[in-house]
Amino acid sequence: MDATDRRIINGLQGGFPVCERPFAESSGRLGLSEGGLIQRLESLLDNGVLNRFGPMVHAERLGGGLTLAALSVPEDRFDTVAQQVNAHPEVAHNYARDHALNMWFVIATDRPERIGEVIAEIEAETGLTVFNLPKEEEFYIGLRFQA
Amino acid sequence: MTIDDMDRRIIEATQAGLPLTPRPYHAVAETLGVEGEEVIARIQRLLEIGVIRRIGAVPNHYRLGYTANGMTVWDVADDQAAGAGRDIGGLDFVSHCYLRPRRLPQWPYNLFAMVHGRSRDEVEDKVRRMAEVLGGRTCRHEVLYSTRILKKTGLRLVA
Repeated sequence: MDATDRRIINGLQGGFPVCERPFAESSGRLGLSEGGLIQRLESLLDNGVLNRFGPMVHAERLGGGLTLAALSVPEDRFDTVAQQVNAHPEVAHNYARDHALNMWFVIATDRPERIGEVIAEIEAETGLTVFNLPKEEEFYIGLRFQA
Repeated sequence: MTIDDMDRRIIEATQAGLPLTPRPYHAVAETLGVEGEEVIARIQRLLEIGVIRRIGAVPNHYRLGYTANGMTVWDVADDQAAGAGRDIGGLDFVSHCYLRPRRLPQWPYNLFAMVHGRSRDEVEDKVRRMAEVLGGRTCRHEVLYSTRILKKTGLRLVA
């Protein structure tokens, strides 16, 4: 990663233009040509510095359901429960965290009512109580990772 | 604020990323059998109404060296929670900031804020700054570090 890559990462985490030639439009202020910017993005994606380049969607505004859920899983069952939880296609991310509530996952569904069904399924499969912590309010999301 | 079938098809077609070609919206339009101008107009509207939050690069923060990832959780008095959320959400190192319900007695925390750092020390410094900002509005907090990613597929629109 060189200074140009850093400029791209720091300068292009939002605000990509919506027009006929958006790469041409944003390449100038990054000191690149249209083709140069496209090439740089390709290699940043190929080597995994970028996960994605494109639109980020606000899931609830699409009319679906979204929640954060947590489980307190006995250590000796942790991997089995992780498999049971991850087997649900509605589980988008799942993280182990160092806390009594040691498994935290996001459930995203096409219909809001489906959230409760997925939670009931996970509880039935694991015999554990799911803590359902849906977002009640969201504050400005300001994150720009500095490369 | 309504979105129709073509909006959903456009979102689906771009969920994995925009085509890296000089006219990416036209490339999307071609796969959907519509005009490029229509895709551009619809994406502009989806941005305006907030269905699309933003368009750009999504870095892998681990690859940028942000290996310490702490979910900070705070017990904030209900009548002060909205102001506290705005103050914490406005800090430039906080990536997500939400109010969520408590689940007493096991879970007393209602304000969640994600903090990323290049080390746990860096995260702890940031947590101290957050505690200063919150002052007497919070009586206790914890930092839950992620120790393992068990699944990461990203949010996908289910058609």
